[in-house]
Amino acid sequence: MSTATQALPFWRKYLFATDHKVIGIQFLFTSLVMLLVGGLLAMLIRWQLGWPGQPLGFMEKIAPAGMPGGVMVPEFYNMLFTMHGSIMIFFAIIPLLVGVFGNYLIPLKIGAGDMAFPRLNMISFWLVPPAIAIVCTGFFLEGGAAASGWTAYAPLSTILGPGQVCWIVGVIVLGTSSIMGGLNYITTVINLRAPGLSFFRLPLSIWALFITAIITVMATPVLASALILLLCDSTLGTSFFLPAGLIIDGVAQAHSGGQVLLWQHLFWFYSHPAVYIMILPAMGIASEILPVFARKPLFGYHSMVYAIMGIAVLGFLVWAHHMFASGMNPTLGTSFMLSTMVIAVPSAIKTFNWLGTLWRGAIRLTTPMLHALAFVSMFVIGGLTGIFIAATPVDLYLHDTYFIVGHLHYVLFGGSLFGIFAGITFWFPKMFGRMLNETLGKLHFTLTFLGFNAVMFPMFILGIAGMPRRIYDYRQYTHLAHVGEMNQFMSVAAFLLGLAQLLFIANFFWSLFRGRKAGDNPWQATTLEWATSSPPPHGNFTTPPTVYRGPYEYSVPGRAQDWWPQNVPS
Amino acid sequence: MRVWLPERISTYAPAIDRLFYIVLAITGTAFVLVQGTLLYFLVRYRGGAGRRATYTHGNTLVEIIWTAVPAAILIVLAFYSQRVWSYVRGTPPATDLQVQILAEQFAWNIRYAGPDGRFDTSDDITTINQLHLPVDEPVLLHLKSKDVIHSFFVPQFRVKQDAVPGITTRLWVQVTKAGTYDIACAELCGLGHYRMRGFLTAEPRDTFAQWLQAAELEQHPPPAPEPTAGEPGAESAPTSASAPSAPAPESQPASPTPQELLHP
Repeated sequence: MSTATQALPFWRKYLFATDHKVIGIQFLFTSLVMLLVGGLLAMLIRWQLGWPGQPLGFMEKIAPAGMPGGVMVPEFYNMLFTMHGSIMIFFAIIPLLVGVFGNYLIPLKIGAGDMAFPRLNMISFWLVPPAIAIVCTGFFLEGGAAASGWTAYAPLSTILGPGQVCWIVGVIVLGTSSIMGGLNYITTVINLRAPGLSFFRLPLSIWALFITAIITVMATPVLASALILLLCDSTLGTSFFLPAGLIIDGVAQAHSGGQVLLWQHLFWFYSHPAVYIMILPAMGIASEILPVFARKPLFGYHSMVYAIMGIAVLGFLVWAHHMFASGMNPTLGTSFMLSTMVIAVPSAIKTFNWLGTLWRGAIRLTTPMLHALAFVSMFVIGGLTGIFIAATPVDLYLHDTYFIVGHLHYVLFGGSLFGIFAGITFWFPKMFGRMLNETLGKLHFTLTFLGFNAVMFPMFILGIAGMPRRIYDYRQYTHLAHVGEMNQFMSVAAFLLGLAQLLFIANFFWSLFRGRKAGDNPWQATTLEWATSSPPPHGNFTTPPTVYRGPYEYSVPGRAQDWWPQNVPS
Repeated sequence: MRVWLPERISTYAPAIDRLFYIVLAITGTAFVLVQGTLLYFLVRYRGGAGRRATYTHGNTLVEIIWTAVPAAILIVLAFYSQRVWSYVRGTPPATDLQVQILAEQFAWNIRYAGPDGRFDTSDDITTINQLHLPVDEPVLLHLKSKDVIHSFFVPQFRVKQDAVPGITTRLWVQVTKAGTYDIACAELCGLGHYRMRGFLTAEPRDTFAQWLQAAELEQHPPPAPEPTAGEPGAESAPTSASAPSAPAPESQPASPTPQELLHP
């Protein structure tokens, strides 16, 4: 099977490829570029928050309308945080976790030659660049990019002009890509597992990606339909989310019969499960890496799997905890508080199992291990701060303050992004056949870990002090007159955090060409992807593997080697 | 000045703060235990020459314990939160004063009902961005919006409530301390969101009544000879800013005020 494909012309092999590994790497480069773009937008946000209204000379040339004379205008600030959030969530975190690791790992780790639907897979990738282009086109249109937050609450999102319409259309396109990918993953995991690879012998990363795909397929269509309704409201004059009697800019609107809160219900019905789309694969990656470098079986494999399932089911029942202050019936608040408290339990189980995995291990502190440990540690902070805002009365105070911004960054950066760094540094040798530089890797990890905490932890304090989020200039409020210095500290830390990423980029490209050759199994790991060459050939395995045991057989007593690969007969 | 919770000026703020500190104690303990264990394991079980890990797949009893303990704590916490929640967001206490707040890009339109006790009549007293409230007296705020979603947020109250176009949302509050405070908009509402700032003046009952009377005289100067047509208004005392007929929320739908039904 491989020889025929090796002869493919360049554009079939690397551009319009159907090989899941090439598609995974295409997702990797695309979403890392978007991660960089989203990060740069965050730097501008931090500039404004640290030194409100101070000019940033060079920006006048780059964004003359948004920063005339280098001084940011409020509209531009709103665009920055909207696009930062949208790009990070839709074009960086989700594609990195689901697009990269889903595509690259699923066939390899289940012993398959490729995905069930390779061509669908190719289309799912090739919908992403247009989606990015459509959303980012807003920056170049009159009125600028979308500026109603990544949540696009109606009616604001229906009155903001062409940039916002681009945002809606782009996210619909991206959603289509997600649905295609999800269907493909589900089918592949169910049908293409190697002989002997029962469901309860699957690695945790595959369990996580499989359940994530199910969530994607169930939730994304709801978002897509809500977006289509929103698009109709903003361009065709319909009134799905617009009630009678609106007066906008002094002009009475002709809408009638719509419900403003309906948008929020539909949006969060997708977007809360989407939070789990952004954390379950990272949990899977951590569960995968901890046993390898603790040289121990994963503690509580079955409860880890059931915890993922529990999170997936409960994840559909907590959406309105984003709406405690929205004016919905307070009784609904009670039920959503209960479900939200309950969903913390499976997360706690997972955390304790990770600790149990480390217990009496023989821990090797490699770069991927450090990132995985940071994932566990930071996710704990993200989870625990969630309890504050799950408690409805406390949320009435903390909702829409920087406490929320801190909480979400501990989940999505401290959790998801450290999981992503763990995954990239762990599987880089498999993807490219060369090792990353450990010294650079550890330096990057240390600076990122310190920088991240220095930026994000003060956000909790600011939120507790009552600083609202999405505020262009907070200084006028008397209760915030004294938070300027803390914001400046955070901004300096943010710039250092940004600079530290240059180390990652340098390491990535240097190692791509100059790194030490990896060999098939540099980490002495047990799962199937390490049973083939690095990088694997087209078709993945020269002889299809058979599986004889679970995925985490490390330090088995009586065996000379402390790892026992899944595919080695007893 | 310490960057922490601002001062408390509502009757329910102490209950919300107490809950906040309870959650802080629980999560703080969990934080120290988990991170401490993690660090200890990293030092204690660091791999080295010849060290071999213990081969184990788990322990059912331990797993049951660490599932049941957090579950029990969280459920108790949920029930405790519910008590505070129903105090803050449940049926508001009977009030003599109701205020309508109509939010728009980027201002708060405040409306007192005037002598007839009804909103949207000619004797209403209106201000822009200036909300005066008496202390030690429950007040019911009716929030509406002209255009997009806004959120009424007085950090010292410890609550916020969205103002949503098409519906009327309510928030009751009893201020405990006189003073001037900021009203912030907490829901992104457009380019002027950051400067949608209002001012709350909480003052003793007498001072508030004097202010309301002065505002009424200024906005509705008494015509020289005869009283204009209007509702009975047997007494013109400005202290009866709200009709006795509309005190409790249950009577809202039947009330003649043209307000939408709140929570169907």
